[in-house]
This record gives sequence, structure tokens and C-alpha cells, in this order.
Amino acid sequence: MSSSAEPFPTRLSDLEVARLRADFPVLAQRPHGRPLAYLDNANTTQKPRAVIDAESHFYATDYAGVHRAVYELAERATRAYEAGRAAVRRFLHAPDAHEVILLRGTTEAINLVASSFSRAHVGAGDEILITAMEHHSNLVPWQLACEARGARLVVAPIDDSGALLLDEFERLVTDRTRIVAVAHVSNSLGSVNPVREIVEIAHARGVPVLVDGAQSAPHMPVDVQELGCDFYAFSGHKVYGPSGIGALWGRRELLEALPPWQGGGGMIENVTFEKTTYAGIPARFEAGTPNIAGAVGLAAAIEYVEAVGVERIAAHEQQLLVHATEALREIPGLTIIGTAPEKAGLVSFVLDCAHPHDIATILDREGVAVRAGHHCTQPVMQHFGVPATVRASFGLYNTREDVDALVAGLRTVVEVFG
Amino acid sequence: MESAELRELYQTVILDHYKKPRNFGRPEGADREAEGRNPLCGDHFKVYAKLDGDRVAAVGFEGSGCAISTASASLMTQLVAGRSREEAHAIFTRFHDLVTGSGDVDPASVGKLEVLAGVREFPARVKCATLAWHALEAALDRPGESVSTE
Repeated sequence: MSSSAEPFPTRLSDLEVARLRADFPVLAQRPHGRPLAYLDNANTTQKPRAVIDAESHFYATDYAGVHRAVYELAERATRAYEAGRAAVRRFLHAPDAHEVILLRGTTEAINLVASSFSRAHVGAGDEILITAMEHHSNLVPWQLACEARGARLVVAPIDDSGALLLDEFERLVTDRTRIVAVAHVSNSLGSVNPVREIVEIAHARGVPVLVDGAQSAPHMPVDVQELGCDFYAFSGHKVYGPSGIGALWGRRELLEALPPWQGGGGMIENVTFEKTTYAGIPARFEAGTPNIAGAVGLAAAIEYVEAVGVERIAAHEQQLLVHATEALREIPGLTIIGTAPEKAGLVSFVLDCAHPHDIATILDREGVAVRAGHHCTQPVMQHFGVPATVRASFGLYNTREDVDALVAGLRTVVEVFG
Repeated sequence: MESAELRELYQTVILDHYKKPRNFGRPEGADREAEGRNPLCGDHFKVYAKLDGDRVAAVGFEGSGCAISTASASLMTQLVAGRSREEAHAIFTRFHDLVTGSGDVDPASVGKLEVLAGVREFPARVKCATLAWHALEAALDRPGESVSTE
């Protein structure tokens, strides 16, 4: 079959990227008189006009409490909120929107599972298995769960490229393992974990798998049914949506077997002073008035990303990664931290002459926004023997010029410190 | 480097103290110590002091940090040695006001620390400039304690 059978080119053209950039008002500014090269997308992404307008329009025309009142305005608000849930289901290729819990973000989603799952299924002497590349938000909640249940946190090691040692991982799945929690993509190294293999290994021993998807959506197509995982968590603000909204997807039978997490309005079936019975999913896990407008904005963000095409965004970011990796290797004294064979669109590095914090300050004055620090992965920094790294992470609106501005800024750093 | 602010921030004295920090290590006879951490960027210093009555006889430090935090720590060890605890505290107060741009501090009143005056143009870096100082205060007033910038 010829490639012309493809419905559209597999990557974004320069012209398309230029057009997409115009959708993001924030990118028009010139910090310190320079064009803004926003390369901190693994931290959070900027918002297209469509998302900003959707949220603002919702507040102006359709806002009311959801799932409560019978008046028409509230019905519209409820429909808009539920459309957010439906968009998440579609985005993750989940079978059923009831399996989508709308929460504040990845951190809250993982805390929910860590807390509720461990109360139901983890006891003294049991084990929870994570990897050495986890963000603190897929580490600390499990530590807390282990402390509460008298269980042990087991950490699968990574190699010097930052890739998971799958054989070691397999060896660490034991009869005591109650759940596995892994990042789909490492936020500080960029390594892509082989989630399907991980799931296969864990399921062979009857162990469910939670995937921290904060760095995979929307940098690659996500199909939870194809991945085979049992829980998947992601944040709206990293998919060009609002902050304060995100989602947990979980298999129905697993979610239904979890005890409630937070108590409050909306999550009950019937309350007396003696006994409360709880609503079914997803309401059981959405106590209190939710981030209604956030869900509306998230739906707009997902529609935006779908219209551009997740595969094409992924291809575009891979191109930037290749260009950045090649260009950075030319800088004297620069070491890339995280060189796994499969990487998402981010690059972490150190310079032998300057500290990441100083590098980021100089880059800022050149209009380049990067993250410097431990990226909430202190154990990863310890593994590589560095206190911190500089991280440039790409989004759909980044260009080769952004990468070139980064490289030029680094040459200035070398000039000052070298 | 085009920016005058950057040139002021990373002037020669600061780069020199960053690359060759003075009084790096534990001074002999040190009887006080405290740790300072910036959890956001991973900077981590241990500050040692040797007290002779109320006088700070010697100060040293260990650890790793950026140019600003390291230079500030290095300059601090030179500036504080031989002073009373009260004088050391007063220098820090003036220095803190200088780098946060609060109050009307004569840069000359902080001696060699004047080279760090440029930090006031970089609010995100104030914590770097003051990290070792917070640790020194802890060592003198609350020895053994660990301080954090957060």
C-alpha cells in the first residue's frame, strides 16, 4: 500500500505549527525582549484560545451546580460537565464513561487509588511495586499507603540510560505484590516504559497495574484497552487544558470494589446517623462540588488535541527531540541525563561548568523557559549522581527555532561560566 | 552576554567564589553545625561554626549549590569570622534586605557581599543567596537543626 493512502501527513508542517501557535495567546509575548521559547511543557502546557473561551463561555451562559437541581440551567451545566467525562473516555479509548472519575489531576487520582485500594487489598507484609523513575506523586502516596498498612514499598531498578530493567521488574513481582504503579513516561528522563509488557508480567500473577499517564497524554496516543492496564491517571493542565482538573480511569469491577475515598455531598446513596450507603461509580469518588468549568475546559482541550491529531503531535515532538539531542551534544561539557532507547519529547541535561539553576536564569533572559531542579524525582537525581538537571520539554507549538534559542542560550552560559 | 543585569549577577567575584569556594569544609574545633536545603532546586549546604564565647571564631561550609548560593556561602564564611553573634546577625539582616530590595540598604554596609546586590533583580534567586545564611543562623541559635527555604 502506498503512503498516499494515509488520510493526512504523519507530522505537522512548519506552516501548521505557525498556525497552531497563533491559537495560544501567551506565546505572543516577548520576555526580556526576546520571543518566548516555552520549553517547560512537561511541567504544564499553555492554553489555546478554544479552551480559554470554552471555560469563559460556560461561566457566562451555562453555569450552575451539577447533578442536583431540576431547573434547566442546571441541566445544561450537568450536560456540559458530563461531556467532559465523555471526552476523557474517548481520549483514553476507555470502554465506559462511568469508569472515568473527574478529579483535580494525576496526583489526586493516584492518592485516591493508593488510599482506597490499599485499605481494601493491602495488609501487613504485602508489597507495592513501583519503579526507580517515579515522580514523587507516584511514590509518596504509596509510601503513605505502605506505612498505614504495614506493607513494603518495592522499587524496580533502572539502568544507566534511564530505562526500566524489565527482568529485574519481573523478579520483583511476587506472591506478596498487591499492585504495581508505573509511569508511562518518566518526567525527568523521558524514558517510555513498556507498559504492555509490564501489564502482562503483573497480570500473570494476578496483580493490577496503575499507569501514571501525566507525561504520556497527549504526547502519544493512549488506549487503555490496548495497554491492558487497570488504572490510568492524567492531568488536564498538561494536555493544554485548565489546571485543577484531571481524571482517573479504572476498570469497573476494580473501581466498584474500592471503598469510598473522600466523604461528602454527591457521593452518597442514603445517609442516616447510623449508616451511609454510597453512590455507584463515578459519583462515589466525586465528593463535593467538582471543578465543573474545568471539565468543560478539559473537553475543549481534548477536542483541540484530537483535531490536531495525537499521532502527529507525537511525530512532531519526536523530530524536535532528535534535533535537540543532536544540537545539545555539540555543546562542550554537556551531558544528557536519560538516554533510553525509547524516549518521549523531553531532554534533561547538566553542564559541567554551571549549575542548572544558573543555567535556567541565563536562559530566561534569552526568552527560553525551561525547568531546573530535581523535577520531583529526587531518587532519580541520586541514581545519576546529580543534584538537579535542566529539562527542556516539547509541546505541539514548539519549533526548531525554540530549540535553537535554547542552544544559543547554552552557548552564552558556557561563555560566562566556562 | 547582552543583559547588564546578568552581567551584574554573574560578575567575576561571584564566579571566582563559585569555582573556588573559601573555607570549604569543617573548620577545626567547630562546635556548631546546621543544614540548609532548598527542596525546589536540590541545593544543600552544611554550615559549621566555631564559637569562642560570643565570638564566631571560624565558619566553614560543605555541600553543593548553584553559583549564587555557593558564592554567598563562601563570602559569608570570610565576612562573619571574628565577629560577634550579634554582628553576624546584623550583617544577615542588612544583606537580606539588600537582596530582597526591601528597605533602603547601603550596599557598602554589607562589605564584600555587595557583589550579590544584583540578586534583587532576580526574585527567584533570593532563596539561593540566603540559604547558607539561614543555616548559619540555625547553627548559632538552634544548633543541629535543619533549615529549609520552603
